[in-house]
Amino acid sequence: MKNQIEIVLKNGIRDVEAEKIAAEAKNFLDIDTGVMKTGKIYNVTYQLTEAEIAEFAQKGLCDSIIHDVYINKLFSDSKFKSFILVAKLPGVTDDEGISAQKTLNDILGKEIDTNTQHIYTDAIYYIENQLSQEQLQLIAEKLLGNKLIHHLEYGEFTGSIDYVPEVRIDSSEQVKQIDIDLEDEELLQLSQNMLLSLNLEEMQAVKAHYLDSETKKLRQQVGLPLQPTDCELEVIAQTWSEHCKHKEFAATINYVNHETGEKEEIDSLFKTYIKRSTEIIQKRLQKAGNNWLLKVFNDNAGVVKIDDDSVFVWKVETHNSPSAIDPYGGAITGILGNNRDPLGTGIGGGKLLFNTNVLCFGPPDYDKPLLAGQLHPKRIFAGVRHGIEDGGNKSGIPTVNGSIVFDERYSGKPLVYCGTGGVMPAKFAGVNSWEKNISAGDLIIMAGGRVGKDGIHGATFSSAEIDENSPQSAVQIGSPITQKLLSDFLHEAARKGLIKCSTDNGAGGLSSSVGELATISGGADINLEKVPLKYANLKPWEIFISESQERMTLVVQPQKLAELQQLAASREVELSNIGVFTDHGYLNVKYENETIAYLNMEFLHDGVPKKYMPAEWHQPQLSEPKLEKDLDYNQILTQLMGSLNICSREQVIRQYDHEVKGKTVIKPLMGDDGKAPQDAAVMRLNFDSYQGLAISNGIIPRYGDIDAYQMSAGAFDEAIRQIIAVGGKLPDLNDKNSRFWTVNDNFCVPDSFYDPQKNPDGKLKLAKLVQMNKALFDMAIFYNIPMTSGKDSMKNDFKAGDVKISIPPTILYSMVAKLPDVRKTITSDFKQAGDLIFQIGKTYNELGGSEFYQLFDELGQNVPQVRMQNAKKVYEKMMQANDEHLLESAHDISDGGLAVALTESAFTKGMGIDISIPANSDLSETAWLFAESHSRFVISVKPENKRKLELLFQTDCCYLGKVTSDGKIKIANNNKKLIDLPVSQLKQAWDEGLNR
Amino acid sequence: MKEVKAIVVTGFGINCEEEMAAAYKLAGAKAEVVHLNDIFAGNVNIQEYDILNFPGGFSFGDDLGSGKVLANKMKYRKLKNGYTFLDEINKFVAAGKYILGVCNGFQFLVKMGLLPNINGNIEQEVTLTRNNSAKFEDRWVYLKVNSNSKTPFLKGIETIFMPVRHGEGKLIVKNQELKTAIQQENLNCLTYCTQQGEITSQYPANPNGSDMDCAALTDKTGQILGMMPHPEAYLSLYNNPNWPALKRKDPQISEDGEGLQIFKNIVEKIRGNYGNN
Repeated sequence: MKNQIEIVLKNGIRDVEAEKIAAEAKNFLDIDTGVMKTGKIYNVTYQLTEAEIAEFAQKGLCDSIIHDVYINKLFSDSKFKSFILVAKLPGVTDDEGISAQKTLNDILGKEIDTNTQHIYTDAIYYIENQLSQEQLQLIAEKLLGNKLIHHLEYGEFTGSIDYVPEVRIDSSEQVKQIDIDLEDEELLQLSQNMLLSLNLEEMQAVKAHYLDSETKKLRQQVGLPLQPTDCELEVIAQTWSEHCKHKEFAATINYVNHETGEKEEIDSLFKTYIKRSTEIIQKRLQKAGNNWLLKVFNDNAGVVKIDDDSVFVWKVETHNSPSAIDPYGGAITGILGNNRDPLGTGIGGGKLLFNTNVLCFGPPDYDKPLLAGQLHPKRIFAGVRHGIEDGGNKSGIPTVNGSIVFDERYSGKPLVYCGTGGVMPAKFAGVNSWEKNISAGDLIIMAGGRVGKDGIHGATFSSAEIDENSPQSAVQIGSPITQKLLSDFLHEAARKGLIKCSTDNGAGGLSSSVGELATISGGADINLEKVPLKYANLKPWEIFISESQERMTLVVQPQKLAELQQLAASREVELSNIGVFTDHGYLNVKYENETIAYLNMEFLHDGVPKKYMPAEWHQPQLSEPKLEKDLDYNQILTQLMGSLNICSREQVIRQYDHEVKGKTVIKPLMGDDGKAPQDAAVMRLNFDSYQGLAISNGIIPRYGDIDAYQMSAGAFDEAIRQIIAVGGKLPDLNDKNSRFWTVNDNFCVPDSFYDPQKNPDGKLKLAKLVQMNKALFDMAIFYNIPMTSGKDSMKNDFKAGDVKISIPPTILYSMVAKLPDVRKTITSDFKQAGDLIFQIGKTYNELGGSEFYQLFDELGQNVPQVRMQNAKKVYEKMMQANDEHLLESAHDISDGGLAVALTESAFTKGMGIDISIPANSDLSETAWLFAESHSRFVISVKPENKRKLELLFQTDCCYLGKVTSDGKIKIANNNKKLIDLPVSQLKQAWDEGLNR
Repeated sequence: MKEVKAIVVTGFGINCEEEMAAAYKLAGAKAEVVHLNDIFAGNVNIQEYDILNFPGGFSFGDDLGSGKVLANKMKYRKLKNGYTFLDEINKFVAAGKYILGVCNGFQFLVKMGLLPNINGNIEQEVTLTRNNSAKFEDRWVYLKVNSNSKTPFLKGIETIFMPVRHGEGKLIVKNQELKTAIQQENLNCLTYCTQQGEITSQYPANPNGSDMDCAALTDKTGQILGMMPHPEAYLSLYNNPNWPALKRKDPQISEDGEGLQIFKNIVEKIRGNYGNN
């Protein structure tokens, strides 16, 4: 029995949502809907009286100023010839339904169950024009819903909707034993059938473990069958997944460089380059008696010291595969999941300070036929953007920095990098906040959302290529409100000393969070029947590996449990006591007193066989293009300003709250009318000091087509120079004020495991990954800038039948540096007419991989080289110039080169420039204007400071000309006019670049 | 001198409580951030404070319309003492005390019927709903203060620059009669305007398409103020998106943000009230 309430806007109230959809149908699908009207349907399955339903509808759901209410009779009007219903599939997050349940509880004052779903919400769209089924299907599937998570109905409206997505699961056999004593082919078949994503060597290792006489003896002792249970295999597969174990970054690689003839065996990219570079820096810091590097690599996020009272903790992750199939759900789950990493580091319960997002998409005007299961890049862009908006805004975390990269090779799998920084007090109730201590006897407490089928096989799924049969349970939708309650609660609990430590329940769910924590104490006993469920009849193994979101695992001393439970109840956060940590060496999982998994911790965490991978580097045969002699630079600059990788991100930025918390000092857009794009973001840490942070991201995948080493080194340099541009200072081992720099490295690469049929160029791809790592190592130890956390995502290929779309090997360096005083920072925009403009750093004949060549569909050969010695010298002079208050503005020169950086610096009211470049036979006009040589800036100074600046920079600066007030970009070569355009025209091209 | 005490409520997705509390501290008052459930449980009594603050955020994720679920909770759920939160608010206002709601706090106040409350019966008279752009937007706007407004919060301010950060900030008034009454009583205390101070309905200077280009309302007493823009997001000069240029123009410029004045005004007013007692 259900009651149905529908809320629609009164006549005369503008339906902006309906207008937006009608416009999108027209613009994107060329369908004329006529007038549209939206409605919201609440399907209520509680047993309520007629009067109660009416009271709930009127008081609880209806806004009397704008709404009409319909009860058990839906709105219908002959004016509307068609309709589309978007309902959720069973088990899909329905926050609005839950909120309605809570308000029902408040209004009726009844004690009703609000933890499981009893109110289901649908969106209904009424359409004036009589559209064909095909047209309605297009609107339903391309604009309004996603078949993976939505139930869609459309056609002519009959006046009733019967669908209610109640979850019903038949109870069946609880625990299965799986025969593992199989031949190789059958082992592989088993891995495939169970979606374990384990290869033959791994399956053989599992088999060997179970056939081992010691294992057999032990299993007999505890009364377990000799064959593995389904739960055990699932836990092993989760723990050994690429996502959790990073098997390829741990693999032994045979690397051959055919250019230099050099051969080497690399024992783990992670150990050799990432971890080792940080260890070297850590030793140097220790030697200098300066230890701000508190925690690296062995928790959910790295931790550095801000001062004696507080520490900074941060993490950048990817959520690519889920975003490819459900962009909104993938992105929001990504951002919320990533929030839980800093939140669950050490004791946990820090305050989250900011989010950053770097996104790689196919071009919005992609016009190739879509493959089965592939979503159009424009749709992915829109969904991901919306997910980041809700994930950040609804959590009250400002999204302060980011980047969007367009390349056709991201059309199959987009990259969605989510980063979050937070601050913890140095101590919670007298204990170092960043440490994770667990002893036998501590309780395992699950906090937050309930468990359903969500995301089962998420970890293993993201480790395999996506195809049209990807399982539906891989899609999850985050609930920012559930998480906000959880994170507020966690902060209070940590402050009161009620939790010993905590961790996120992410990939692999409880199996992974408890499994990892149990390595600290040396074992755990878990009772799965104590886990609260969203709906009945989940199998025990499903409960254990489910990735239902917004959950954390807390470690609690028994004597503190009562107080913690009281606090949780008053904050409306559900807690459940699901077991105890032990030191017996096993992960011991029970369901209603039956042992369903009993796994040796050592085997589970260290038993995965090592991978061996071949890498071979061949230099690509490239050359510089021959372009026509007389280029129209006015036209080229206008085109560049509007090109996808350069144009304005304002429409995206403004939909992210980038200043909640009131601490954002350099926002993504600044200047008189908020149009000038900035380099790094700057935030202050609190309201009673001006201490702060600069936050930047470096990413330039297209350079990797020429030289993967230079691409990686260049991205590292880009992240550094953005921080230098805003007034940051390079690390100094001897600075005792914890002037920290911290990096999250994030590798996203296509499948790089060589296979003669399936992946013939695997060796080359892996060689690129090796080179990217070598660059990371060289840059890190040169600057003493350590990696404190990171992530790799190894299978970024979209497959449909025989067609494969692979991303280019991509590395993102996300950096944070401490700033002693945010008032001394610098923005990119020119401040006053009459100021003098300089280029800092040197331009080389380096147009390879440039946005300029991209306009001509050329790649070129001369990719920008990182010259770290020179760069460091330039950066140190920039630091000194800022100390001497010489810099009125500073803008990093990157995509599009000098001409673009100059133009962007003039995006503040009324400004213009009148400059001249000294091109000659050594360096052409085009290279001067558009080369993307690294380690350069456009700066402006007061006229009276010209001499001081020139004395300081010597040959590292080049005087270009003046800031003007005529709103024009005038660039000459000596006396020859190259560019003469109104800023307004360039700004318009820049503003409209994404509208395609 | 008697201490001015501000209570800043939080919980359920409210997320601007920290900067709101900072605002009062910077303005010289004492500020406490209190979870709403601690008030419902009777652990904290709002009557012990001078100013009750509803900060911005996304209470209950804006589900069912911004501020709606929270408004229902305040109207219908009973505190430990048997009264509703709304009863407590009425008592608070009757004692001559002040209430500020910003963004989600404003949305909640209008849905409760506390603003503008022309008819004095605490029935909803206006609403705040989806922006005409159909988007959430974070942008800085110029606002003109209604010079006839009674509210002490805005005393001495003519125009003010602040960020809006909302998707549901369009004010719709129930009918023309109420609209006229709001204008006659000067309850529309802040209006979107251009940089030059001219009132405008043009997007984006008016970011949402509000009736009367209105960005904030008070009740007739001026004790209750609700506003879409965020004064607590402009406590410092360094919040202004153009601060480096302003500092270049005037190296001696104050390091206070314009939003701080609103908090200073109300703290000063309460101090004055105490002085008069």
